[in-house]
Amino acid sequence: MRRIGPFLVLALLPLGGCQGWQSALDAHGPAAGALARMFWIFVAVLATVWVLTMIALVLALRRRRAPDADPLATDPGTERRMTVTISIAIALTLVTVVSLTGLSYAAQKVLFAHKDGGLSLLVKGQQWWWQVTYEDAQPNRVFTTANEIHIPVGEPVLIKLESSDVIHSFWVPSLTGKMDAITGRQNQIQIQADRPGVYRGQCAEYCGLQHAHMGLLVVAESKEDFERWREQQISSAIPPTDDERQRGMEIFMSKPCVMCHQIRGTDAGGKVAPDLTHVGSRRTIGAGTLETTRGNIAAWIVDPHGVKPGVNMPTIQLDPDEVQPLATYLEGLK
Amino acid sequence: MTRAITPHDLDGVPEISRLATGERGGLPGVQSEADAPPSPDELRDDQVDGAELTARLAKTWGTDRGLVGTLSTVDHKIIGRRYIVTAILFLFLGGLSAVVMRMQLAVPENRLVGPDLYNQLFTMHGTTMMFLFGVPIGEAFAVYLVPLMVGTRNIAFPRLNAYSYYVYLFGGLMIWVAFMLNIGPDVGWFAYVPLSGPEFSPGKRADFWAQMITFTEVSGIAVAISIIVTVFKLRAPGMTLDRIPLFVWAELINSFVIIFALPAVVTASATLMMDRLVGTHFFNPAEGGDALLYQHLFWFFGHPEVYIIFLPATGWVSAIVVTFSRRQAFGYIALVLSLIATGFLSFGLWVHHMFTTGLPQLGASFFTASSMLIAIPNGIQIFCWIATLWDGRPVFRAPLLFILGFFFIFVAGGLSGIMLASVPLDTQVHDTFFVVAHFHYVLIGGNVFPLIAAVYYWFPKFTGRMMSERLGKWHFWLAFIGFNVTFFPMHITGLMGMPRRVYTYLPEMGWANLNLLSSAGAVLFFGSFVLFLYNIVSSARRGPLAGPNPWNAGTLEWASASPPMPQNFDRIPVVTNREPLWAHRGSLPVVAGLSVENREQIVSTITHGRADLRESTPEPSIWPFMAAIATTILFVGSMFTPWALVWGSIPLAVTLMGWFWPKPSTEDER
Amino acid sequence: MRTVLILSLAAVVLAACEREDRDYRSNPVTAETNEKIALVPLSAGPGGPTEQRSGLGKDYEENAYHISQGQRLYTWFNCNGCHANGGGDSGPALMDDRWIYGGQIENIVQTIREGRPNGMPSFRGKIPDDQIWQIAAYIRSMGRNVPKPAAPSRKDDMSPGPAEQRRPPGEVIDGGQIPPSAQMPQ
Repeated sequence: MRRIGPFLVLALLPLGGCQGWQSALDAHGPAAGALARMFWIFVAVLATVWVLTMIALVLALRRRRAPDADPLATDPGTERRMTVTISIAIALTLVTVVSLTGLSYAAQKVLFAHKDGGLSLLVKGQQWWWQVTYEDAQPNRVFTTANEIHIPVGEPVLIKLESSDVIHSFWVPSLTGKMDAITGRQNQIQIQADRPGVYRGQCAEYCGLQHAHMGLLVVAESKEDFERWREQQISSAIPPTDDERQRGMEIFMSKPCVMCHQIRGTDAGGKVAPDLTHVGSRRTIGAGTLETTRGNIAAWIVDPHGVKPGVNMPTIQLDPDEVQPLATYLEGLK
Repeated sequence: MTRAITPHDLDGVPEISRLATGERGGLPGVQSEADAPPSPDELRDDQVDGAELTARLAKTWGTDRGLVGTLSTVDHKIIGRRYIVTAILFLFLGGLSAVVMRMQLAVPENRLVGPDLYNQLFTMHGTTMMFLFGVPIGEAFAVYLVPLMVGTRNIAFPRLNAYSYYVYLFGGLMIWVAFMLNIGPDVGWFAYVPLSGPEFSPGKRADFWAQMITFTEVSGIAVAISIIVTVFKLRAPGMTLDRIPLFVWAELINSFVIIFALPAVVTASATLMMDRLVGTHFFNPAEGGDALLYQHLFWFFGHPEVYIIFLPATGWVSAIVVTFSRRQAFGYIALVLSLIATGFLSFGLWVHHMFTTGLPQLGASFFTASSMLIAIPNGIQIFCWIATLWDGRPVFRAPLLFILGFFFIFVAGGLSGIMLASVPLDTQVHDTFFVVAHFHYVLIGGNVFPLIAAVYYWFPKFTGRMMSERLGKWHFWLAFIGFNVTFFPMHITGLMGMPRRVYTYLPEMGWANLNLLSSAGAVLFFGSFVLFLYNIVSSARRGPLAGPNPWNAGTLEWASASPPMPQNFDRIPVVTNREPLWAHRGSLPVVAGLSVENREQIVSTITHGRADLRESTPEPSIWPFMAAIATTILFVGSMFTPWALVWGSIPLAVTLMGWFWPKPSTEDER
Repeated sequence: MRTVLILSLAAVVLAACEREDRDYRSNPVTAETNEKIALVPLSAGPGGPTEQRSGLGKDYEENAYHISQGQRLYTWFNCNGCHANGGGDSGPALMDDRWIYGGQIENIVQTIREGRPNGMPSFRGKIPDDQIWQIAAYIRSMGRNVPKPAAPSRKDDMSPGPAEQRRPPGEVIDGGQIPPSAQMPQ
């Protein structure tokens, strides 16, 4: 056990490691906060158990009896003492286990008690992106976006999870635990953010080739910012104002793009790929893979399989002078 | 080795002397075959002695040379050796695929292997480790050691046992050849539908996975049956239930778990294949099927599977702790009962793999309780082993070192398992690298470390030579440090949000350093296995000769020569203690009266281990091998057409007829 | 003997690789394969019309991945709007052996790319070339004109009939330059 040093260093790493925009221990919502606290309670209790067991082991190894005694001879006194000790240890284990079960159940009751009201979203997992539909009682206020969810701070948001192909799992660690999106079923999960920020999530159930690049962002913002964002998302795409964007739009409409993508307010009405009406306002493209910049959009269009090999977006044949206007147009779809 | 039996030695086993002397006996009023007078024209082992007896028995029980002889063998030691070597070979293949994966994950957005190959790699890694290494290695040791430990000459149903090995080998070869041909499965080792279903897994990749399951499960169940019958009916006279070695108990419970768990996964994989091949709708929600049904079926097997991997390891740990503590096991009854409890409980936990599928909350929390409850029997085992060490005089040799590594790692893994048992915590860590870390702590800690200890421990028995102790210590520290450096950081990467089964990750996620550390550890860990391999090969050639009992152990396998003669024991020992070699140092009581010219074994009663019958066991036969080939043709064919079940059954029927063709044996002639 | 063994093994290897290979990235250099398909036997001069086939067909119609991608695209691009599940609706049936413009994969590619009179639109420029090939490969599988191990099995959907893989093999549309049905346009 002289080699404990490196492990101490390793054990200290999590303290530095719990930061991050996709970390379960960097909690920014009530559910994730409760989970993180519970996690540390479990860690404390279980680490104690582990340390005690190891101490017992070390003591057992260091203790010496007279050598070359008969291996079959046992001392009734020692046997009795050991039986009592082990019985106590087992009783303590039982108490620990029962209390942890109780703690877990209590936390479960609180975590999964869905609050009524608030926003409700339909999130559909697809290979390999997320389709997000904001539901509303008024049909003209229902809209669809992709891979980026905006929520008002401090309000519970209900997320209905569905899948259109294989099983995915919706997981935004900083806000709450994960829930699977299962073919032929609808699961529900509630998220809530305590403070404004951008929280990353990722598909957590293996879903095929590009499981690694199936991210999403949850943007928590103030009620006013959220409402502003929502109004903007409900609206149709802004028609291009300058020549380059106009040309970009023409290229978009004449290319395979329209077969799959929708831009509300134009002829592009494909429903099988992310809605691009306000793609320029989203922080990432390719399901959380690339930052939305003109250059990245161009790179993505020219060679999507270089970024996400096997993605359903095909390689589009473009003339060199078509790339720039198209990327400019898409980037301008704020 | 032999000596006269005094009445004092035979308390509780009074019938033994009669078998030796030919006196009539047994239960009052029951005619036992053991009582039948020996045929005068048949040479019995009380009529010859010494080297002549050994040579004659070796001839009777031996295996012919040549290709046909090699493939016909029914000797449990030869089959067991092949099983062990094959399983360890698959361990290395699985390990190699893991090293490639670690290289890919060493840096973010690495382009070493693409997603397609990576997905095949992790599927092959998981599949190989679980089905081609984890389950078979436990059974492999049982095939070799259980007959020796219970003091008999061969395993029950030796031909079935040989058949099971070939089926396992062909199944394993099939999937690895498929992988080499780029038809390797890419759906993960549990192959969830719909991803593995007909629509989203085009081609034959998922079929190879599903059919590999059929192969390994057929062989797994066959071996389990052989082991159970061996333990129940072939124990040496006097080995009552409470004298059965702990290793044998572990293998017995393990075999029962196998028999009850594997049918669930065969159902899952067979229905998956039917969905894919003939268009049934078991898992198609649109036609009333259910994708979750597959998960229930799979995990109803999948959780006991973990214990199928762990239970044999408890047997290895028990054997090694006892031998190297120089003290009989403390709490034998408690250890056996906790094994049985583990076996039962293992069937009540499967839902904790499905906590995030949206099951009813109250139901899920019952599985939290049962999952945590399994800590109790496991705790009892750990505490009893520690108590044995406490009261013993530990001898620090390589096997014990690895067992200490097992304690360190497995206890940590078991405790992180408690977190996974909690529904709310599981929603955060499920399907992340935290889980990857957890199950590697449990499985490598709980199976591979004891396995390495077992190899160091029984290597002298298998080969007659000792392994290098110096290399063994190097190996231990390299493996121990390599393992922890690889897998400990994964707990943290998982908590930082890294899901499992991703072929790469973005640089801005902040997982790069920990992943690099893990990859460096993986190289170290793999290096330790290379050292292990070198130690095995060089020791098998040049290691010091071991002698029958180099560790001064107490169980019966050490009473045979190293490596054991084909007949295992010249005369069947009589068991009067749990550790017969400690109770009778240098002079083990034996029974005599078995035929020297025929493969005769003692069949004993289940609970008391009273000698009951003399029964001859099958001669070597090529038919099990042929039947395995016919089975392979049928299984591989049925991936492509359901008609293979029809035409494929013809060669299978022919080989089975050859296998079971009645041959007049000396027993029948009498 | 050994050579035969190695050769047959190599053949198996190659066949298997082809069927299971997953080639995502179309060759960016060739925007469009060069196909020249004769639809009528008439031509100026003797010898019949000249044809040009790129030979890519096998890469697509013997590859399970391409066919399955074609299957998805068939729905995504609403081919079933006119052709239903291959049984035909306002568009002709695709699963039988009657082909107005030829049933070889190159003919189908050409039909999708160029469009045909009476309603079949041209998808040139709307569907990238490799996807056209994938769709054509899938259409070939509807009449089971592709190898059985590569043909799709049932979809996770209401099933309209036996999956492509379970249909009896279709009539061989052999290499004749002029498909028989082309002689009598319907």
